[in-house]
Amino acid sequence: MATGEFAFHETHAHAAPRSFIRKWVFSLDHKVIGLQYYFLALTAVFVGMLLSLLMRIHLIWPNVSLPLLGELKPETYLSLLTMHGTIMVFFVLTTAPQGGFGNYFLPIQIGAADMAFPVLNMLSFWVTFLAFLVLLAAFFVTGGAPLHGWTGYAPLSALPSAGPGQGAGADLWIISIALFCLGALMSALNFITTTLDMRAKGMSLMRLPLTCWAWFITAILGLLAFGVLFAAGILLLLDRDVGTSFFVPLVIVNGQIAGHRGGSPLLWQHLFWFFGHPEVYIAILPAMGLCSQLVSVFSRKPIFGYRAMVYAMLSIGVLGFMVWGHHMFMSGISPYSAFAFSVMTMAIGVPSAIKTFNWLGTLWGGRIRFTPPMLFAIGFVSLFVTGGISGPFLAQPVLDIPLHETYFVIAHFHLIMGVASIFGIFAATYYWFPKMFGRMMNDRLAKLHFWISFVGTYAVFMPMHYYGMAAGLRRYSQSTDVAYMHSLLPLQKFITFAAFVTIAGQFIFLFNLFWSMKAGKKATDNPWEATTLEWTTATPPPHDNFGGHTPVVHNGPYEYSVPGAPRDYVMQTDPRTMEVGHKA
Amino acid sequence: MGLILLLVIWLITFASAYFFIAKTWWLPTGASAAAAGIDHHFAVTFVLMGIVFVAAQLILGFLAWKYREQKNSRPARYMHGNNTMEVTWTILTFILFVGLNWASEPIWGSERFRAADSRAVQVEVTGMQFQWYFRYPGPDGKFGATKPELVDPSAGGEGALGLDPNDTASKDDVVTGTMFVPVNREVEVILKAHDVIHSFFVPAMRFKQDAVPGLAIRLHFTPITTGDYEIACAELCGLGHYRMHGILKVVSEEEFGTWLAAREAEKQ
Amino acid sequence: MKNFFSTAVSDATPIGGAPSVAAGQIRQSRESSTLLEARLRRARLGLVVGLVGIVMIFVSFTSAYVVRQGLPTVDPRTDTLLRDWFALPLPRLLFVNTLVLLVSSGTMELARRQIARQAAVTRTSFSNLGAASDRSWNASWLALTVVLGLSFLAGQWTAWRELTARGFYVSTNPSSSFFYLLTGAHGVHLLGGVLALLVAMVALLLRRPIESRAVILDIAGWYWHFMAVLWIYILCLLKFAR
Repeated sequence: MATGEFAFHETHAHAAPRSFIRKWVFSLDHKVIGLQYYFLALTAVFVGMLLSLLMRIHLIWPNVSLPLLGELKPETYLSLLTMHGTIMVFFVLTTAPQGGFGNYFLPIQIGAADMAFPVLNMLSFWVTFLAFLVLLAAFFVTGGAPLHGWTGYAPLSALPSAGPGQGAGADLWIISIALFCLGALMSALNFITTTLDMRAKGMSLMRLPLTCWAWFITAILGLLAFGVLFAAGILLLLDRDVGTSFFVPLVIVNGQIAGHRGGSPLLWQHLFWFFGHPEVYIAILPAMGLCSQLVSVFSRKPIFGYRAMVYAMLSIGVLGFMVWGHHMFMSGISPYSAFAFSVMTMAIGVPSAIKTFNWLGTLWGGRIRFTPPMLFAIGFVSLFVTGGISGPFLAQPVLDIPLHETYFVIAHFHLIMGVASIFGIFAATYYWFPKMFGRMMNDRLAKLHFWISFVGTYAVFMPMHYYGMAAGLRRYSQSTDVAYMHSLLPLQKFITFAAFVTIAGQFIFLFNLFWSMKAGKKATDNPWEATTLEWTTATPPPHDNFGGHTPVVHNGPYEYSVPGAPRDYVMQTDPRTMEVGHKA
Repeated sequence: MGLILLLVIWLITFASAYFFIAKTWWLPTGASAAAAGIDHHFAVTFVLMGIVFVAAQLILGFLAWKYREQKNSRPARYMHGNNTMEVTWTILTFILFVGLNWASEPIWGSERFRAADSRAVQVEVTGMQFQWYFRYPGPDGKFGATKPELVDPSAGGEGALGLDPNDTASKDDVVTGTMFVPVNREVEVILKAHDVIHSFFVPAMRFKQDAVPGLAIRLHFTPITTGDYEIACAELCGLGHYRMHGILKVVSEEEFGTWLAAREAEKQ
Repeated sequence: MKNFFSTAVSDATPIGGAPSVAAGQIRQSRESSTLLEARLRRARLGLVVGLVGIVMIFVSFTSAYVVRQGLPTVDPRTDTLLRDWFALPLPRLLFVNTLVLLVSSGTMELARRQIARQAAVTRTSFSNLGAASDRSWNASWLALTVVLGLSFLAGQWTAWRELTARGFYVSTNPSSSFFYLLTGAHGVHLLGGVLALLVAMVALLLRRPIESRAVILDIAGWYWHFMAVLWIYILCLLKFAR
């Protein structure tokens, strides 16, 4: 469409900025904003990992005295747990894949000069950054960080008297999340408008790389879900600080009647999980899109079933809004609605399975190159399968009876959402680092990082299935008081030691990242011989992404090993004559 | 590298599968009437999903090795997919997943869709930070009134529940910190919570339900083996969540009768 | 709906076609009309997407409202279920406020259409600034909208005071909680709209290119209309879903 070109020049009417502040701090350039999100997430993930390490130590040695922190009290354990979950889910999994890589590469992959609304983009980052600071502040107020878990169930989260950390710390937690919601909504606005309105000529929807589809669908999910969380947060804040009773019925805390009546704790859960379930898809969809991209590039083979992949992601998105009740099977909802939710939940397993089959189908008959991004992509598939297998157990209410709230659930969501998504972030980093920084990351260190992470995460999370089947409950600061759980301590010890090793391995990545920025081998413009638009432009991309000219797209994004073509990849911008016998 | 990937993935798969099959750590022995059905369905799900797990991982490892790029590798197969295969595996997956769920529906229904037997032993279970209390209605078969103003956790028992001494029905209510039930008779649990959400979980009975303030949730189970069973709180309720546990004692009908009579006698 | 994303300006192209001038100038005018179309389309798309996000917030409040109305909880004293919903009597002032808001939508639409016409006319007369008298008319309608908007907010505040005088505070009962919540949330968003209008006024007076002013005013205008629709919805919810 001709307007694409005009729009192209229009949004970049402003020249590249020169001052440090405009270039690196309050930048309007989506590439800089993407990096800002990425480094925010990088900081957050190391904080989150540290918190989990402290938790793991406390679980096996509840009475040990740690340097600086002393002996961890049960409430401290719970606040570590709360902050670990909140930081990881929001500031890592919802930030790096979408805000980080999405911001950087969506405009380039669709052939645009920037996002639709650069000022809004900048604002969304700084609001998210502020949200992170507010969250961290919770550690330092009287009472410390909240202890109600990242899910913040009322009345525990609504009553300052219900525990230490439930005072100012809980208020800051809500404010942080509310700010995060605003940042996410602004970002979603940009992603959706950009994808719909700024594609280059020839970049039809069905020629979009699957990463772009993933970012687009993720943004739609975010648009519909974050408003609900925001609303829930406002209601909770009112219950806590103004005395309303949205979520709190008449309760007696430690002999004192709290001044509430008539509210419904289940209402919080419904609102939270209506957001919370799409949120887990927000966390994983970008990694799925990237995995599709990488298995194709590094098998030198078109993705198996492009259309099916798109429809699968769309159905995951739609169905994702209909399954929230599966988090509430034991909550006191009607057993009939529980059953309805479980049918929908089993249904949503189908598109995920289709995607897995298609990744395997892409590998089949390929010519696989084991680059670091590919290793992490293969690792992603393995972890996704493992995490996915435990889903059908939890999706059936009868089986949820023994398994709900046990470590089986923790194993499930860490594997399928936590670690799989992190592997996506690693894969993305190794893959796009050359384009962003003009250098390659060190190959040996990258592979070492992969092996430690892959084996390590299985060592950490596989045993949690066993612990959970044996009825080992989650959110227990220690197992000392319940005999059958205490007998399972050897499992916990194994997990803790595996965690130490795995976390240590992440420092290899950190070192590699920063060292390679300065001293990595210089990268060509297209070191991976990939076909999508970011590889057609300079390394790193110029301010307007394509150096003044507008790309015109002729081919689909996965034209590898086209018979009769001069080389084993056809760029999306290459003339159509290079493509033999297939319409994209 | 392809070979190492195959070996590592296969090794992890076999190692994890071993511990699952060997049941090194497994569900506790079932002691309720519902446990057999639940455990059976668990086994069915486990076998089917286990096959999928092992197959998918083995295939992944195999493909990574078989199609590794080598000097004389053929070019990759240029194909965009196969609609027949897509449709086939979509339908098969759908049948597997939805089929499993439909098979579980009768068990869920028998657990939750029907009300308790009229001859069931009624026990009101109240959770509060960080203690479970159990109340039996006494000879009059009625639970007496409670008043929030009278709640005094430090007093334990009747005081913790805020039993109203002026209500005739409450005079014979028995309140204990340990739950006694007779074997082979249905137990109706009326679940309540005073302050935050707790969850009443008895692993051996395959029984779990959140206790929600503002709700009185009625559920039932039937213990079939005598013994002592741990009750653990299964919903984060504050700093004492890890130590909010109790004991469920399943005893013979006679022992239960004796125990209850003794408790009721104390109330006279 | 399609029209919303196509353009309003093409309606205003002169019937006889472009006046006969040098080819380059015709191309330039066609380019700039396409550019305005493109900018409007993008801005409107962004607005619609943003409004969806806002709608979800109010959908959540609505769902909480409906649930809370029908929800019984166990009264620990009597061990029976009781419903404690008591429908709040709505202050009459709300209806006056509604009228004010609807009128402000009217003045807003006048301002929006006026600048849309100017943008079309300006293209064909090759003047980038618009006649001074046009701009001051435009500023007046905008100013009136702002005044009406602020009056609405003042009216809402007065309605709140009336309620508190009668003893209904935020936490008094669930019905009052929702009243303050819904009207407060709407008020916050309307205030945002007022700020957007002030930005538009500043843009108007600062002689920015007419296309920029047209786009800002267009978006502010549609947002303003949405606020009116949202208010009607909230009023109906409070009045009829009791």
